[in-house]
Amino acid sequence: MSKQRKVTITDQERSKILEIIDKYRNDQGALIPTLHDVQEYFGYLPIEVQQIISDELNIPLAEIYGVVSFYAQFSTQPKGKYTISVCLGTACYVKGAGKILEKFESILGVNAGEVSEDGMFGIEACRCIGACGLAPVVNINGEVYGRLVQADVQGICDKYSSAE
Amino acid sequence: MKSLAELSELRLKSRDKVNLREDKADTGSRRDVLICGGTGCLSSNSEKLKERLEAKVAELGLSDDINIIMTGCFGLCAEGPIVVVHPDGAMYSKVSLKDIEEIAEEHLKNGKVVESKLIGVDSESYDENCQKTEHTADFFSNQKRVALRNCGRINPENIEEYIAFDGYQALGKVLTEMTPEEVIQTVKDSGLRGRGGAGFPTGQKWSFAAASPGPVKYVACNADEGDPGAFMDRSILEGDPHSVIEAMAIAGYAIGANQGYIYVRAEYPTAVKRLNIAIEQANEYGLLGDNIFGTDFSFNVELRLGAGAFVCGEETALMNSIEGKRGEPRPRPPFPALKGIFDKPSMLNNVETYANICQIILKGADWFANMGTEKSKGTKVFAVGGKINNTGLVEIEMGTTLRDVIYNIGGGVPNGKKFKAAQTGGPSGGCIPASHIDTPMTYDDLSALGSMMGSGGLIVMDEDNCMVDIAKFFLEFTVDESCGKCPPCRIGTKRMLEILNKITRGSGELEDIDKLEVLAKNIKASALCGLGQTAPNPILSTLRYFRDEYIAHVVDKKCPAGVCKNLIQIKINPDICKSCGICSKVCPAGCITGEKKVPYQISQAECLKCGACIEKCPFKAIYKDV
Repeated sequence: MSKQRKVTITDQERSKILEIIDKYRNDQGALIPTLHDVQEYFGYLPIEVQQIISDELNIPLAEIYGVVSFYAQFSTQPKGKYTISVCLGTACYVKGAGKILEKFESILGVNAGEVSEDGMFGIEACRCIGACGLAPVVNINGEVYGRLVQADVQGICDKYSSAE
Repeated sequence: MKSLAELSELRLKSRDKVNLREDKADTGSRRDVLICGGTGCLSSNSEKLKERLEAKVAELGLSDDINIIMTGCFGLCAEGPIVVVHPDGAMYSKVSLKDIEEIAEEHLKNGKVVESKLIGVDSESYDENCQKTEHTADFFSNQKRVALRNCGRINPENIEEYIAFDGYQALGKVLTEMTPEEVIQTVKDSGLRGRGGAGFPTGQKWSFAAASPGPVKYVACNADEGDPGAFMDRSILEGDPHSVIEAMAIAGYAIGANQGYIYVRAEYPTAVKRLNIAIEQANEYGLLGDNIFGTDFSFNVELRLGAGAFVCGEETALMNSIEGKRGEPRPRPPFPALKGIFDKPSMLNNVETYANICQIILKGADWFANMGTEKSKGTKVFAVGGKINNTGLVEIEMGTTLRDVIYNIGGGVPNGKKFKAAQTGGPSGGCIPASHIDTPMTYDDLSALGSMMGSGGLIVMDEDNCMVDIAKFFLEFTVDESCGKCPPCRIGTKRMLEILNKITRGSGELEDIDKLEVLAKNIKASALCGLGQTAPNPILSTLRYFRDEYIAHVVDKKCPAGVCKNLIQIKINPDICKSCGICSKVCPAGCITGEKKVPYQISQAECLKCGACIEKCPFKAIYKDV
């Protein structure tokens, strides 16, 4: 928590976040659905955003931070423009997903769990996405690439780099 | 929906729209084209196929005759995208945008099946002795589809198609003709056991929840399918979401609950979308909500999204998560039947368990109990993946042997490799070695082998997979997913992983194997929840059947399968090497050197063992020395 940069939230962002909080305010167990929607809007959940949710839902910040840090889907750091999720489910693993991950890491110079300095690419080792028939698979911002071999990786990286 | 009669009327009316898929009668030029919209086929662009087909059909002026439907998963994901044309029943595989135009012109317009794109035409099959066989494995005819009955048959986003295939009839029957006790008795008589992992008798679970006092109770559906390699729940939710919703309402009636929660993984966006549509449509048709079928029974279903925590598949952790808390398990007792979600009596079943309920109500407990074995009734869906030709979902009668699943349905191991083991039950399960390939797939037979049914993931491994590495893979998973609440799991799994790392690095000693075994047994006995109690299983089971491999790593410092990098060397055979230099160009470490007419050499100290040179060598001169 200590290392985070200060994040400023504009009035417009604040009012949108309040709108999301209002949607679930009266539901039992509202915190997780609220966090999902706020993250989808804001991109991630910095402590400043958690503070707004804490004030509004009257839940201690520590408890909210506890929930945010517990679940892998919630992030307190901004994500890359393109998130490369390499599936490391069993089916993909036995078909060499580990090598595909290594290839992405070496081409982009980013380790799994990190974002490149220019903020373009983030690499994640993700849990099974259930596309085991296409193993090994990689999901990049919702687009799925299946039956990959190491030689495919460069082309995929180029496709996104050249789109910029 | 005010009455059962109204539902029957709608069923008859909807029946006309789907009859092509059932009757093989001559219907002239009318055809139903089913395109798979499961995650596997969506990933191979089946949505674009649908758009292209719609455009082509309009261009050919066939729009009135051709009904294009996006369905759930057919099960044969390896051959996707899959397109099926009814009433002919022609199943096309690996359909490209070009193929779909050909199918439109030849099959839909001219009435001629495009033989070359039919499934199975170009697939290879091997028997257990790695010999190529003439016949292709029969993926579909050896299956029995109960839970998957509507997957690949209906449009999951259209409630009327579900109703056409007897949808909501079971709920109607239960509400108008049966008492809650009778419903529970039927489920008990069917012998249905939980399909999520442990195999607890479902009817018994229902009767505990029914016996709990209290005006407010909850029914929940565990759709937090976290086992890597298992995707049957996802396919049911994507392909037949109403079957789960209807069964939850039946469960609500049986135990006296009016509210249901479906806890589904956020990693399954298509399932979430279709569930939302299904819940909305069921409300609109009065099949959820107040006074269903004009009775005084009311039931609502809400969706709760997981947020990426494997432990939330554990019953009490899931309940904490629904409440908006950290998904940590609770000590039991009190059991959820007494104190569950929001401290109210609650009952949780798995997706596939629910998917069986409506059929049991409609066809009777005896029909269900006649399938399977004495203690494992009915069918089970397996997600078969890994080193197997027909990757996909199969539903088989309980008691079918592993051999049948792998060779008769799965088409065997590809590339003529030898079957080594099958892993079932994911990170909680264990492996079945080749010597036990004739084991019947039942709860008890799998437990006796030290594995478990689990949710039904079945990963096939061949001779190229290292069993110590596989155990390490699962341990990495559980260490990562341990919630940290109880020390045996938080600390113990980490210690086991450290030992495995030591062994695969080549610095293991014989006594490490004994330590591993003792640790595993202690964790099993002392962890708080199912995750920790089963986390040692992958180690115990690989130790039981592949102790030799552990010993090879520890004593001989060798990895027989050639997987563990520290224990292998990549070498160039100087007799075969033609000094072309391709290997040195692809080597990321730049550690291959040589010159014309002299065989190239790899500097072992710098080699990353990535294998890039092996793949690229045109003369197959480079090999792994194990």
